[in-house]
Amino acid sequence: MSEILAYGFMQRALLAALLVGTLCSIISFFVILKRLSFLGAGISHTALGGIAIGLVTGLDPVLTGSIFAVGTAMSTGHVSRLGKISEDTVIGIFYASGMALGIALISSFKGYYPELFSLLFGNILAVSIRDLQVLAVVLGVVMVFVILFFKELLAICFDEEMAVAGGLPVGPLYMGLLAAIGLTIMVSIQLVGVVLVAALLVIPGATAYRLSTNYRSMLLYALIIGLTGSFGGLFVSYYFPVPPGAAIVLIMAVIFTLVVSFKYNLEKRL
Amino acid sequence: MDEVVKAANLTVNLGGKTVLEDITFLAISGEMTGVIGPNGAGKTTLLRAVLGLVSVQRGSLTVFGKREIKEIRPRIGYMPQRHFFDRRFLLSAADVVATGLLSPRTLLRRIPKKNQQVKDALRLVGMENFFHQPFQNLSGGEQQRVLLARALARRPELLLLDEPNTGLDFPAQRSFVELLRKLKDKEDIAIILVSHYLVSIAPAADKLLCINRTMHVHGYPAEVLRSPHLDEAYRCQFDFLTTGSGTERWWH
Repeated sequence: MSEILAYGFMQRALLAALLVGTLCSIISFFVILKRLSFLGAGISHTALGGIAIGLVTGLDPVLTGSIFAVGTAMSTGHVSRLGKISEDTVIGIFYASGMALGIALISSFKGYYPELFSLLFGNILAVSIRDLQVLAVVLGVVMVFVILFFKELLAICFDEEMAVAGGLPVGPLYMGLLAAIGLTIMVSIQLVGVVLVAALLVIPGATAYRLSTNYRSMLLYALIIGLTGSFGGLFVSYYFPVPPGAAIVLIMAVIFTLVVSFKYNLEKRL
Repeated sequence: MDEVVKAANLTVNLGGKTVLEDITFLAISGEMTGVIGPNGAGKTTLLRAVLGLVSVQRGSLTVFGKREIKEIRPRIGYMPQRHFFDRRFLLSAADVVATGLLSPRTLLRRIPKKNQQVKDALRLVGMENFFHQPFQNLSGGEQQRVLLARALARRPELLLLDEPNTGLDFPAQRSFVELLRKLKDKEDIAIILVSHYLVSIAPAADKLLCINRTMHVHGYPAEVLRSPHLDEAYRCQFDFLTTGSGTERWWH
């Protein structure tokens, strides 16, 4: 244990795991309750378009990807509300278009993009002090938003029609939630990559939902599962030749499978 | 008896289509108005218009004497249709009722005396012992009562209920409607109840409003049930069925 902590890159990686685990668990809670799982997968893949814009223009790909991810998340909500098109359909269109834009840009502009591989598959071990600062700021912003509007967000997740009728600012709050999802995805992509980030937004909440009878315990379980997966994955990747992003997601997937099997067997006996 | 909702030649268009046309009715405090009509008749749109969620194209609609409904929304309790939310959501009965206390005024604030208001609302519907019970563990009838408590949490003067009987068996429907009758008498509130379960709401309602895009008939239940306009609205023939308590009508 002390051997792991002796390395500066591992200290930074553990801190990143703590921040991302906390951030994704909180967002995962709302993703599951509002049934936005497909949105997470869609935005993460759409972000590839923004990352590609950054790479070919020489801008910071994390910044352009973040703008793209948040923009896509909010546009999804806006278009689906305006145009009577279901969220799933809008996400499906944005998802494919963003990926296509990314592939088209990267293929058209010849060059060597060393960051591309780590953004596609993540590299938590290469996290810098600046990355940690960005992560801490995003976590702070998301936490403030969630703490200030928790009861309203919960009411919107439960019954949006009633929230509208009660006069709550449902539109702005929903857009805020989508923006928080977009930001979370973008900062998490650096650690687990475009391909795997959706799992961080779904598995902690989905597992916690199976274990809980009320939202308070669901939030707590989601945090425990998110942090266990993040730290566990990091330790596994230190001792075994498995990329940390994949290890984090696989540990969460194992926890989910165990919980579902346990609950199924328990319910069968009752 | 105060005028609570007054609609005169109310016309509502949605997406370029006329959904309601020339609807005229009056709902007063201490009375239950049952809104009946076939599927797609515009019953839910009528409630949404009273809530100020859809705009009025022609005619007039006043609630508590005001056309600007947004400002008087805290005086209205609303129970939407069942399909708008997840019945397995991880909330306790008390949590569900507490969502009914949220309004623009409670943004960024704690709700004063929340627990007491929630307890009072649950007591009104006879569910005070279910305070901590997970909502998902309750029966359909119990869930409906908790949702009614949510609509009552702010002690509204007007209660709008959209198909509250859907999915309930006949005894549960009767018991729910009976509860509404007691509530309106005790609390002196106006209730507008949308339903296509004619048989369960007709005996409890003080007035019936039968619509199918346009208004077909409005009046006392006995008059409405005998009216040929009822057959017209539902586009089917109603038969009389004589029971011990009087004459009721059924369709076939």
